[in-house]
Amino acid sequence: MDLSSINPVLLVASLMVAATPILLAAIGELIVEKAGVLNLGVEGMMIVGAICGFAISVETGSPIVGFVGAAIGGALLSYLFVILTQYALANQVASGLALTLFGLGLSSLLGQGYVGVRPPPTPQLDLPVLSDLPVVGPILFSHDPILYFGILLTAAVWAMLKFTRVGLILRAVGENHDAAHALGYKVVRIRTLAILFGGACAGLGGAYISLIRVPQWTEGMTAGAGWIALALVVFASWKPWRALLGAYLFGGITVMQLNLQAAGVAIPVEYLAMSPYLITILVLVVLSADKSSAPASLGRIFHASN
Amino acid sequence: MIRLEKRPQPSRFWSAATPVVAVLATMVAGGILFASLGKDPVAAILTIFWEPLFGEFSFFYRPQLLIKGAPLILIAIGLSLGFRAGIWNIGAEGQYIMGAVVGAGVGLAFYPLEAWYIFPLMILAGALGGWAWAMIPALLKVRFGTNEILVSLMLVYVAEQILASAALGLLRNPEGFGFPGSRNLQQYASAHNAEIIAGSGLHWGVLTAFIAVIFAYVLLNRHMLGYHIRLTGEAPRAARFAGVNPARLILFCLGMSGALAGLAGLFEVAGPAGQVTIDFNVGYGFTAIIVAFLGRLHPLGILLAGFLMALTYIGGEIAQSQLGLPAAAIQVFQGMLLFFLLALDLLTNYRIRRTGREAA
Repeated sequence: MDLSSINPVLLVASLMVAATPILLAAIGELIVEKAGVLNLGVEGMMIVGAICGFAISVETGSPIVGFVGAAIGGALLSYLFVILTQYALANQVASGLALTLFGLGLSSLLGQGYVGVRPPPTPQLDLPVLSDLPVVGPILFSHDPILYFGILLTAAVWAMLKFTRVGLILRAVGENHDAAHALGYKVVRIRTLAILFGGACAGLGGAYISLIRVPQWTEGMTAGAGWIALALVVFASWKPWRALLGAYLFGGITVMQLNLQAAGVAIPVEYLAMSPYLITILVLVVLSADKSSAPASLGRIFHASN
Repeated sequence: MIRLEKRPQPSRFWSAATPVVAVLATMVAGGILFASLGKDPVAAILTIFWEPLFGEFSFFYRPQLLIKGAPLILIAIGLSLGFRAGIWNIGAEGQYIMGAVVGAGVGLAFYPLEAWYIFPLMILAGALGGWAWAMIPALLKVRFGTNEILVSLMLVYVAEQILASAALGLLRNPEGFGFPGSRNLQQYASAHNAEIIAGSGLHWGVLTAFIAVIFAYVLLNRHMLGYHIRLTGEAPRAARFAGVNPARLILFCLGMSGALAGLAGLFEVAGPAGQVTIDFNVGYGFTAIIVAFLGRLHPLGILLAGFLMALTYIGGEIAQSQLGLPAAAIQVFQGMLLFFLLALDLLTNYRIRRTGREAA
């Protein structure tokens, strides 16, 4: 065992990479839940985003086009959830599960020709002086553009929820859909847009795994990242900055256990590999005492006649 | 304009008809999917639904129907109890794995002793393994209010790691020349979940599945606890006022579904699968969610739905070998079924009315 082989600077830089997919998905789901909808299909939308992004960037040769395609793919799948929950008024828990089961099947169907293919590399930020700085350079100034986009998105969502009229309407719909309806807001339309946004974000997060983090396509490669993103929203008490914090915490655990595996610690690999999931459960337990910040209409079906 | 009008009571007709309509709609949509993959849609659908039952080799496939259907039914019956009360155990896959590992572990601990009590002990251990795994989300929910959906799902990934660890370490066959995987339980008579009537596919797990169906039917229709489960799901406020103890209900529903999933895992590993291997689980725990909904969370419905889903598994395999249909296509097909079912459920609770606003 050789713990000195773990480089703290690289560790921080790679935990940011490990955190980005779940951060993107969690920010999307945060908006969905703020609008009062519980979409448990994050895992399905992520994996469909992963294959859409991968296939499109391999075909076009451009990772950025791939990411756009992944967002569209995720949003398209989430539209199925819109049809089920907003128009057919189906149970949201069951519909979310359906979305995940369907998404996992669809992704492996779409991905058949792409196993073992290498995607085009995503360019890294390379600023003349800043990227070469000793500690700050690798941590802050030499990542891919999507990672920065994730942080910007967190800031944008925070500002949108806190300072804008749109944010206020979104929260009103999530807190009390009947009151929002009575005020003349189009509850179904607002929720539809929120769900599509969540789908696009989850798609981006999935593509980040298949295009940058791994980068390869394998079936079921998201391996529960979507579910962890869902847990992250609870962890964050529906606050964007806390979602960022949680994602980095979680990314840190993931990277740390991989590093420990590589360093040959005397703990069996299986126990290290299960640690992120166990810690997610632990965090859920610690934080679920406080449910007061959950949107009041979360998971309830809205029908104008009621 | 089309307007939805809430029915005063769910329609009994549509409640029974939606699964049938959903299956038909899935056949049509699935046909389109298969056609887009360049396969003859009619031949594919016939291969999936007709070939296993009445085709040339149906004598081989019919027993498979029981073998594949039993674990699905067993798990789905357990899940349906919780789903009815709004308790969402979606980690049945993990409980299935733990039941198999613990049950097989008990059996292998006795090797090479031959005795009548080994198999019953394994059954007990399998049920206990699944039950204990489901008790984790149950106790956390009761004690801390933790979301059982997320916890039970996270535990699936943990269980998969435990399975890998068992197959590579603790339970590995010492005479297996270093290959991963346990001893084959099919070659250990006292631990083998043999067919009760040879060649029929009817093993002890199938029998248990039938017993579970009857048990669930009696529980839901004739027992106070079953009434409380239904009441909690249909009118949570009324249930609270009536003094239903939610903690007891959570522990019972999750524990029951865990034990049944554990049993399904044990019967599978001691019978058709034979070995504890890294990838012995094939997703029955997740497919059972579809089965539970397709069966309308009703024991008899689940019995039928379990066999229908087993049919798509078997037919899917035939279509894979005969028509070259990708395995993932069947998974998509099963997912579509759940979509149509949930969407068509609208007709049970709402009436679709045309309003004359646009005509005027």
